Amino acid sequence: MPAADPAVKNAKTNTSSRLPELQPAQKIELFRQMVQIRHFEEKAKQGFLSGKIKGFCHLYNGQEAVAVGSISVLNEDDAVITAYRDHAHALARGSDANACMAELFGKITGCSRGKGGSMHFFDVKKHFYGGHGIVGGQIPLGTGLAYAQKYLGTNRVTLAYMGDGAINQGAVHEAMNLAALWKLPIIYIIENNEYSMGTSIARSSAGDPLTKRAGAFDMAAIQANGMDIDDVRAKTFEAVSLARTESQPTLMEIKTYRYLGHSMSDPGTYRSKDEIETRRKNDPIEIYKARLLEQKIATEESLNAIDEEALAQAQAAYDFAEASPEPELETVYEDIWTPEDQIPEFQPNHR
Amino acid sequence: MPILTYREALNEALSEEMERDDRVMLMGEEVAEYDGAYKVSKGLLKKFGPKRIIDTPISETGFTGLAIGAAMYGLRPVVEYMTWSFSLVCYDQIVNNAAQVRYMSGGQLSVPIVFRGSSGGGLQVGATHSHTPENWYANVPALTVITPAFPDDAKGLLKSAIRSNNPVCFLENEKLYGYKDEVPEGEHLTEIGKAKVRREGSDLTIVSNSGSTHRALNAAKILEAEGISVEVIDLRTIKPLDFATIAASVVKTNRLLIVEENKPFAGWGAQVAYQVQRELFDDLDAPVHRLTSLDVPQPYNGRLEQYVLPNEERVVAAVKEVLA
Ligand SMILES: Cc1ncc(C[n+]2csc(CCOP(=O)(O)OP(=O)(O)O)c2C)c(N)n1
Ligand SMILES: [Mg+2]
Repeated sequence: MPAADPAVKNAKTNTSSRLPELQPAQKIELFRQMVQIRHFEEKAKQGFLSGKIKGFCHLYNGQEAVAVGSISVLNEDDAVITAYRDHAHALARGSDANACMAELFGKITGCSRGKGGSMHFFDVKKHFYGGHGIVGGQIPLGTGLAYAQKYLGTNRVTLAYMGDGAINQGAVHEAMNLAALWKLPIIYIIENNEYSMGTSIARSSAGDPLTKRAGAFDMAAIQANGMDIDDVRAKTFEAVSLARTESQPTLMEIKTYRYLGHSMSDPGTYRSKDEIETRRKNDPIEIYKARLLEQKIATEESLNAIDEEALAQAQAAYDFAEASPEPELETVYEDIWTPEDQIPEFQPNHR
Repeated sequence: MPILTYREALNEALSEEMERDDRVMLMGEEVAEYDGAYKVSKGLLKKFGPKRIIDTPISETGFTGLAIGAAMYGLRPVVEYMTWSFSLVCYDQIVNNAAQVRYMSGGQLSVPIVFRGSSGGGLQVGATHSHTPENWYANVPALTVITPAFPDDAKGLLKSAIRSNNPVCFLENEKLYGYKDEVPEGEHLTEIGKAKVRREGSDLTIVSNSGSTHRALNAAKILEAEGISVEVIDLRTIKPLDFATIAASVVKTNRLLIVEENKPFAGWGAQVAYQVQRELFDDLDAPVHRLTSLDVPQPYNGRLEQYVLPNEERVVAAVKEVLA
């Protein structure tokens, strides 16, 4: 794969809008969010290993700059939707870490009331539309969010994330065609971490880079370096501007790497320890930390303090999740039909 | 007789059939280099090479349709779904192509293919990953639907499925992969479409399949201690349905409980109940009872999920209800 290409591939970008320079406090906030996610995931790992978190648990370590950087250029009321590796997107969208951890523990205080689990986080108040377990299934949904945003004249946009493996689902291509054809305000973000489970990108995908697939639809395409949060922000901002001002979709490919197994159940025999160690040296949090120090925006001590705080917050979330009550058995019958649909014919005792 | 896990029994069936017929090949996500998400295909890449053990991209519609086309042209593909829940992505290919092409072509084409993979709930993987979709496929004419509960049947039925000239949906159970039991060596074929009495009894018959057969057998043990004698029939093949074996048992015990993990609406158990009341009405001493999962999506929370599934306590209570 070639290195991230700074140029937009199809010359359809909106060049008029420029990403505003961040204030020091905002830069520190980005750092804080990435560190928060790293500690959250480490706690989730601990919860899984001690048997308190069950099912599938896909962690985000190494990819933090992607969710934090891209979501940071959105307005609060823009929509976000992603796959099952979703903890970071919820947290970056501002979801309560306690509610997220409680969801992993299956508690009633969880962001999906203990019904969704790791793969199915939802927080619609924060315009986070999930958390989806079927590879590629969220991409038509995200396209529908953008369709409704345009239909309703909201001037909002949607970020729809998928993995590099998901790009090979038919539904993804169908949805991208619709978005290009109908000029929908959506940004498709491929989080290219080079593997889909144990399959390297070279073994799963013809055509390199993946952004080439946008060409068939005359859709704008752009690549970003997912280890550099500033690059993620700049590129996502271009795409978001195009969506917001011209209602045009973009396919983004953000190059990143996951440090841990595909899920907690993955032995990881398909890549070498050396490969992981080498990639870990290019850590998005460390890179940004060095930049903040270099820019004299923060000191080693102040950033360490943020780290300590994030760790304490993750521990507090863990404690909250543990102490939270289990859902009552009767809750299995809740959240199936909306109240409007509870017309008499749907009532179990209806005669 | 060797003791094998359900997983190893499946692996042996695949291996033996691939040795026997070089038109048999296996295709699916992570089946080759990763040895299978649930290790059913362990070692097969080494043995048969990448021409016959094929890793696919995550493109269920594409590779399922491709395999059906290859079957129409004379290959005998085995397609693995990491879980049957993901087969919903390519439901159209299975239902509209694999199941219809022979009929629509007036018998010119046949589709000797096996679709297989894990299924079932109880692992806390949530609503999208916990389906038991045998009913959805059994509803389609021309599809054979098999759900083995024991290692010997896993092997014998998979071998038969691969030799069948019809499209077969072969639903394994994720919770049973590690289950150990005796498995005959070499040529061991289990006839498709035949149920098996897994435990004899006289007071009541339970008909069940897959994971629910184990629930039924465990419940039968508990009930035996209370002096209640339960006969357990493992359906093994959902379609074609072996009504004769069910009928022989009901005529003997005069009471029937059906246990299935599916959601209740129009499951295979409803079909069995219909046929039993239609043909054996006079042999029944009590209405046919049917235990299924609750009619709700699968929750992640473990306690809730156990509550939704037809667990052993519910089986025991249901038996007592029928006998009351
Ligand atoms: C339709 C479907 N097929 C298979 C799976 C099993 N599965 C879950 S994640 C995954 C790999 C996806 O890789 P990628 O899209 O690169 O995302 P990443 O896990 O790297 O974030 C697979 C095969 C699934 N969930 N849905
Ligand atoms: Mg990936």
